[in-house]
Amino acid sequence: MKLLIKNGFVVDPANGREEKCDVLVADGKISKVAKNITEAGAKIIDASGCIVVPGFIDMHVHFREPGFEYKETIETGSRAAARGGFTTVACMPNTDPALDNQAMVEFVNMKSKQVGLIDVKAIGAITKGRLGQELAPIGELFKAGAVAISDDGSTVMNAEIIRRALQYSKMFNITLIEHCEDVNLASDANANEGYNATVLGLKGIPAAAEEVIAARDIIIARETGGRLHLAHLSTAGSVELLKWGKKMGVNVTAEVTPHHFTLDDSCLKGYDTNFKMNPPLRSKEDVAALKKALKDGVIDVIATDHAPHAELDKDVEWNQAAYGIVGLETAFPLIINGLVKPGVLTISQAIAKITINPAKILNLDRGTLSEGAPADIVIADTEKMVDINKEFFAGQSTNSPFIGMKLFGSVETVMKNGRIIYGAKN
Amino acid sequence: MAFRHLLGLQELPKEDIQNILKLAVTFKDLILKPVKKVPTLKGKTVANFFFEPSTRTKTSFEIAAKRLSADVLNLSISTSSVVKGETLLDTLKTIEAMQVDIVVIRHSVSGVPFMLSQKIKSVVVNAGDGMHEHPTQGLLDLFTIMDKKGKIEGQTVALVGDIAHSRVARSNIFGLIKMGAKVRVVGPATLIPRDVQKMGVEVFTDLESGLKGVDVINILRMQLERQKKYLFPTIREYAMLFGVNSKKLKWAKPDCLVIHPGPMNRGIEVSPNVADGPQSAIEEQVTNGVAVRMAVLYLMGGGKANEVTD
Repeated sequence: MKLLIKNGFVVDPANGREEKCDVLVADGKISKVAKNITEAGAKIIDASGCIVVPGFIDMHVHFREPGFEYKETIETGSRAAARGGFTTVACMPNTDPALDNQAMVEFVNMKSKQVGLIDVKAIGAITKGRLGQELAPIGELFKAGAVAISDDGSTVMNAEIIRRALQYSKMFNITLIEHCEDVNLASDANANEGYNATVLGLKGIPAAAEEVIAARDIIIARETGGRLHLAHLSTAGSVELLKWGKKMGVNVTAEVTPHHFTLDDSCLKGYDTNFKMNPPLRSKEDVAALKKALKDGVIDVIATDHAPHAELDKDVEWNQAAYGIVGLETAFPLIINGLVKPGVLTISQAIAKITINPAKILNLDRGTLSEGAPADIVIADTEKMVDINKEFFAGQSTNSPFIGMKLFGSVETVMKNGRIIYGAKN
Repeated sequence: MAFRHLLGLQELPKEDIQNILKLAVTFKDLILKPVKKVPTLKGKTVANFFFEPSTRTKTSFEIAAKRLSADVLNLSISTSSVVKGETLLDTLKTIEAMQVDIVVIRHSVSGVPFMLSQKIKSVVVNAGDGMHEHPTQGLLDLFTIMDKKGKIEGQTVALVGDIAHSRVARSNIFGLIKMGAKVRVVGPATLIPRDVQKMGVEVFTDLESGLKGVDVINILRMQLERQKKYLFPTIREYAMLFGVNSKKLKWAKPDCLVIHPGPMNRGIEVSPNVADGPQSAIEEQVTNGVAVRMAVLYLMGGGKANEVTD
């Protein structure tokens, strides 16, 4: 079965390609990228007016299985991903039980294959049970297919454990992803410490809660040489620390979520729990700093932190409400509206942050349109508007603060290993 | 009234505050008479939902509603009903289905009255939500200042104590500034919330300079368990640095008014001789509270400001 994508504007940051040309797909792989390809017997997909880019990679999602299937499953999460143009995702291990051993990683991989839509990869825990006490079997996790290690949702508060984990994980060239939040500084707070929290009477999480852990881990990574990735950075201070780390040659990368570069803490005014996240929405100055860091290449990756929650987790008092929002379906339009249209990023820079950059951090042979690579391809229209309403979402949960918005950037067709898994444009 | 609900003084327009205060004067006259009851809310039902322990505010709302001839329902609900599986919304929808006109709600979580106002048909009156607002306390403080000082505009008011955790402080700040007063917040640096000066107040961490030249001191209640959260070292030291006694009261203007939302920790944030002294209106605040809450319930129940006062 051959597919020929004609007349699209191909953006392939890994190969420095940005031009109008055709893409030929054969046997699930990219067979040729060139102008004016003709191929007898190939099914033609007309991509006129659209960009043709590698399938997106989200290195930070929560698919909730096992343990919280009422929020999301690997199957429903895969559908949400396909809807958003993501052909590979990495699941955080804060499931119940946690992904802290070989069997759990194999379970995720098996489920991923059974569903057969996208690649759902597992991120193994750093510590047993994510309790921050003893190292999880990192080698075993790696051999079972874990693409990184993280205790996401919790910070490993014991610096010695992080030091040993960074030393140990180096043997497998696997990245350690830190959720930066000093538990003593963050305490039971649930909003950004600042003017808005003061007026609303909400207990604030100071920027320092994130920054002291970011600084600690960068210093430890510098000493150990381990691969460190900082999840969902949210403050201007974290950006400065990251810059310092990179300047010092530390093996450190970082991500930002679409909601942290789109929204700020003034959104909390109506106590809508769909604006409750961790890290919290920060100030306008922080948002500006995050955008600048994306532009300057200091922040390498955009990841959604896709955090599905059922209504009963969100339709409650602010303090009791669960943290986080779904992100897979809305990521691309938010990137186009918030970053590409205003000129913060070129389309190529934007696509790199959701394709080749996370692929490198997770050691995946994805995120490119190189000839011979798996045919994970997205065809999208950056000029077409989408209505974000409940029907827009394909996953099980719709906890999104973006409902009601109209945004530029429509994912039209998504291909996984040469098979169309979402949409189809003829 | 500009809004159906009373959620906070932040969004309440100045004219509405003035109307409430004016009406409260009439109701205060009424409740000092031998027959303290009027039929204005006859046939209406007011439900007091207190999800947090309270004696003063709950009783005050209850008496206010009864003096307006409303039927009153009092519910003290421990948060353990959440453990039983019923959500807050379920609880309130159940009561709403019984056709309650006005829901008075006290809750330990900021924003709960706002959330309810979006979800239920009854009129919602905030009786204190978390660290957010306590609008009727703010209004009764305004009323007391107006009553004692003749006007609010131009007065300098010092709020002393735990500003960070205080809903009384926030309602005072919004109400006082709106009415033209100057507001100072005075307390330990650990209990001054971030960026509070952007609300239009002056910040002091030294009691003497904070009290210098003020017309009114509103002393806030110190929650003693804050000490466990590293917010201050000892009660003794707090009383030494921020407790108001007769000696420190002299730092303020000679005719400075002293108010306190209660309940007081005598000997900690305020000394007994100040609390019971000639400059204190702390006891009268309680009477004023009933009058102000009558005015609020009357207006929220659909009454017009001029029907009573004219």
